[in-house]
Amino acid sequence: MGANRCAVVGVGQTNHTTVRADVSIAGLVREAVDRALESAGMTLADIDAIVIGKAPDMLEGVMMPEMWLTDSLAASGKPVFRVHTAGSVGGSTAIVAAQHVMSGIHKRVLTVAFEKQSDGNAMWALSVPTPFGVPVHAGAGGYFSPIIRSYMRRSGAPAHIGAMVAVKDRTNACKNPYAHLHEPDWTLEKALETPMLWDPVRFIETCPSSDGAAALVMVSEDVADTMNVPKAWVHSTAMRSEPTMFAGRNQVSPRAGELCAEDLYRKAGITNPLEEIDVCEVYVPFSWFEPMWLENLGFAPKDHGWRFVEDGVTEMTGKLPFNPSGGVLSTNPIGASGMIRFGEAAMQVMGLAGEHQIDGAKKAMGHAYGGGSQFFAMWIVGSEKN
Amino acid sequence: MRDVGIVAFAESQLTYGTTNTPVEMIVPTVNEVLKNAGIERTEVDFWCHGSCDYMTGQPFSFVAAVDALGAWPPIIESHVEMDGAWALYEAWVKIQMGEANVALVFGNGKSSAGDMNRALTLQQDPYTVAPLWPGLTAMEGIGACAALQAGTVTERQMAEAASRARRDGAKNGNVLVSGSESADELLSRAVTSAPFRDHDLPAMADGVSAIIIAAGHAAKRIAKRPAWIRAIDHRIDHQNLGWRDLARSTSAAIAASEVGVHNDKVDIAELHTTFSHHEQLLINALQLRTDATRITPSGGALVGNALMAAGLSRFGHAARAIFDGTADRAVAHAQQGACLQQNIVAVLEGN
Amino acid sequence: MSDKAADKPLRVRMPIGIDYKWCAGPASTDYLTGLKDGRLYGRRCPVCQMVYFPPRNGVCARDGVMLGESVEVGPKGTVTTFCIVNVPFLGQTIKLPYVAATIILDGAHLGFSHLLQEVEATDVRMGMRVEPVWRDKSDWDYSLENISHFRPTGEPDAPFDDYARYL
Repeated sequence: MGANRCAVVGVGQTNHTTVRADVSIAGLVREAVDRALESAGMTLADIDAIVIGKAPDMLEGVMMPEMWLTDSLAASGKPVFRVHTAGSVGGSTAIVAAQHVMSGIHKRVLTVAFEKQSDGNAMWALSVPTPFGVPVHAGAGGYFSPIIRSYMRRSGAPAHIGAMVAVKDRTNACKNPYAHLHEPDWTLEKALETPMLWDPVRFIETCPSSDGAAALVMVSEDVADTMNVPKAWVHSTAMRSEPTMFAGRNQVSPRAGELCAEDLYRKAGITNPLEEIDVCEVYVPFSWFEPMWLENLGFAPKDHGWRFVEDGVTEMTGKLPFNPSGGVLSTNPIGASGMIRFGEAAMQVMGLAGEHQIDGAKKAMGHAYGGGSQFFAMWIVGSEKN
Repeated sequence: MRDVGIVAFAESQLTYGTTNTPVEMIVPTVNEVLKNAGIERTEVDFWCHGSCDYMTGQPFSFVAAVDALGAWPPIIESHVEMDGAWALYEAWVKIQMGEANVALVFGNGKSSAGDMNRALTLQQDPYTVAPLWPGLTAMEGIGACAALQAGTVTERQMAEAASRARRDGAKNGNVLVSGSESADELLSRAVTSAPFRDHDLPAMADGVSAIIIAAGHAAKRIAKRPAWIRAIDHRIDHQNLGWRDLARSTSAAIAASEVGVHNDKVDIAELHTTFSHHEQLLINALQLRTDATRITPSGGALVGNALMAAGLSRFGHAARAIFDGTADRAVAHAQQGACLQQNIVAVLEGN
Repeated sequence: MSDKAADKPLRVRMPIGIDYKWCAGPASTDYLTGLKDGRLYGRRCPVCQMVYFPPRNGVCARDGVMLGESVEVGPKGTVTTFCIVNVPFLGQTIKLPYVAATIILDGAHLGFSHLLQEVEATDVRMGMRVEPVWRDKSDWDYSLENISHFRPTGEPDAPFDDYARYL
C-alpha cells in the first residue's frame, strides 16, 4: 500500500448523559473538539480540514448540520466533509478523516461525530413509520433479539452469557469518567433478575440513550514527528457493506464483518489477531453481540465466542479485553458511538486511558457496525509506527 | 499524486413526480454507467453514494440504496450526506491513498417527494433561523439582492444565464424546461419573488447521476480519452448570511485558486447554478473569461435540478466534453447550501 | 448573579412538519394490491431464483437486478426465529407478553416479522409451522396488517436444516 503514515495525536469526548441540557448542539460538538485539540496541543487555526459524522439528521431535526456547525468550528474557508453510514458512522468518519491524511492530501485533520438525541425524538426518528410498511411489532430490541436467539441456538450458548457481558461492561464503565452509566454494584445474580424485555434480551443487556460527541485530531508523519504528545499510529483501516436482507444472508455472522476483519489484519500485518491485539473497543449495543463479534472478527472459533466470555478472556484482566471503557452498553450517543470506540482504542495505545488503561497495550482495535448488521468500519492503531 | 480520470457517466431521465422508489430509480442508472464503462460490477473496488434523508423523508434512506448495487459478496462502500460530487471526492481520496483503482459514485434525489423549498430551511441554524421557516428561495433572494446592489451581478446577466440555460436545455433533451427566449424577453416577464422571475429559479427534478473514476492504467483501459482530474478541492463558507459577503462566493474562489482554474485556458465550465445569479458569482469567483469559456453547455440545474445528483451531473457533463473531444480542459463545479455556502471545483483535462 | 431563572438553560419545543408523498413503486404495488384481495404475492429474482416476500424495494439485493415475475406464496409458513416481547413501547397495544416471529412463507425465501398468537409464548419454537389469520374482509386495505396474526397449524416442526440458511 502506497499510503502515508497517519497518527492520532488528540482524542476528546464529552461527558455523556441522557440529556445534556446545559449545551446546544454546537456546544456539545465544541466540548469534544476542544478536548481533542487541547490533548494535541493545537487550536482550530492549525486544522486543514474537518470531517463530520452523525447518524440520521432527523434525530435532531437539522438537515446536514455540518453546514451550520461550520460557524462554531471556525471552518470558513476550509474543507468540511460529512459522512453518514448508519450506526457505523463514527468509525467510518474517523476512517475517512485518516484517509485524508494517508492520501497525502492534508496534514492536520480534525474529525468529530455527535448525537444529541435529547434534542429530538430518537424513538420516532429511528423508525419513522412509512406508508405500506411491514408492521413492526417488537420495538427497538425486536430487530436484533431474534438474531441473538439464532446465535444461541447455533452455538449452544447458555442463557447467562449476555448478563455476564453486561456486568463486565457496566463495571468497566465505573473506571471511565466520561461514561454515561456509572453503576458499580452489578453482580451476575442481580443482572439475571432484571426483566426480560425482548426475550432472550434482558434489560441490563441493552444500551442507554445518550447525548454526546467524540473528536480526534490526526496528522501526517512529518507533523507527528515534531510533536511531543502521545500518539496512536493508524496501522490499518477497513470498511465493508452488504445488503440488509436477501435470501440466505447470514445475519448472525455477516460476511461483510468477516471480510472487513480479514482485510484489516492483512493490511496491519497481523496473522494471529488473538495473540497480537492487546485490547478491543468493539461496538456492542446488545451484550450478546460480544460473543457474536468475537467469532465474526476471527478471535474465537465458530460457536465458541461465548466460551471466551465465560472464561473471562474479555475481562480487563483477560487475554483480550473487550471494551474497558464500558462500551456502547454504558454510553450510546448513536452517531458518536463508533468514534468513541476508535478514540478509546487510540487512548489505550497512547497510554491515556487512566483507570481503564490496559497496561502495556501496544495494538488496539476500534470497531463499529450499523444498519441491519451490514455496515462495518474498523481500525488498528498502535503505539509504534507500522 | 496518482493520475485519476473520469471514465464513464450516466444520468437518468429527469422527471418530476416519479412513482418509482429511490432504489428503483438508482438500479438502471448504476447499470447504465457500468455498461458505458464496459466493466462488470466486480471490477469496482469502491462505491460511494451521496444523498439526503430529508429529501426522501426517511431516516437511513441511503441504506436501501445498497440493495441497488448487488453488494454480494460484500463491497467496500461509503455514503455522504452531501451532493454526489462529494462522493466523487471521497472516492478520489481512496484512490489517491492506494485503496482502490476503480470507483463508482452516484447521487440521487427525489425533489417531488415534498416541498423542498421548505425542507431546505432545515439546513439553517436550528435555534434562530430554521424556526422562522424562511424557505430557500427567500434566502437566495437575499443573496441575489446583495449581489445586485454591490454590482457584482446584473439583472441582465441573470436573464442571460437563464436564456442560455433554456436554449442549451433544448439541445440536451434531458431537462425539465427549455425555451428559446432572449434575455430581453425574459426580462420583460413578471418579477414573482423579487428579485427573481420564475426562470431564475431551478427546475426541481427527480433523478440519478452516476460516474466511474479510475486510476492510471485502469482509466486508460476503460476509456478512450479519460477526463483526467488534474486537481480537485472543496471549501465551505460561514452559514450565517450576516457573516458573509453575499456579493461574492469566497469558498468557490478559494477552491478555484487551489485547483488552478485560471492557470490555463478553460474550454468549458459546467457550473452548478441553481439560481440564475449564481452563474455570474461563480464566473467571478473562478475568474472565468466568458469570451474563451463555454459556460454550462448542458443547460445545468436551472433547467433540471435533481437534488444531490445535479452537482455530480456537472462533473459528468464536463467529462463528456472531454470524452468527445469538444474540450481539452474543462472545469466542473458543484455546490450545496444556501447562497453557494459550499463549493467543490475540479479541473479536468483530456491530455 | 444569583438569578436562578437565568442560570437555567432555556429549552423550547419547536415541532417540525414537512409533508412527503410516498410511492410504493411497481413491485410493492403488486404485493399491496394482492393483500387488498387477501392474496400473498412475492417476486422472483431472475438471477438467483429466490422469491422475495415482501418484494421490498423491487430489487434483488444480492444480484442488484430488478425482481421479475410475481409469484403467489404461502399462506402457510415456518417460524425461523422469534422474540418474546415483554416491554410496552411506543404505539404498542397488544397484551404482554407476545411473540414477534420471523416467518418464511412456503415458496418464499426471505423472512418477515409478524405477530404469532393463539399459542403460549413459552410454547413457541424455532421451526414451528404457522398460518395467517385474516381480519374481517371489510377491514382489508393495502396492508400486511390485513393479517391479524399468525397461529400454529399443528403440523410437525420443520427440521432446523431446512431453514438454518435463512437465519
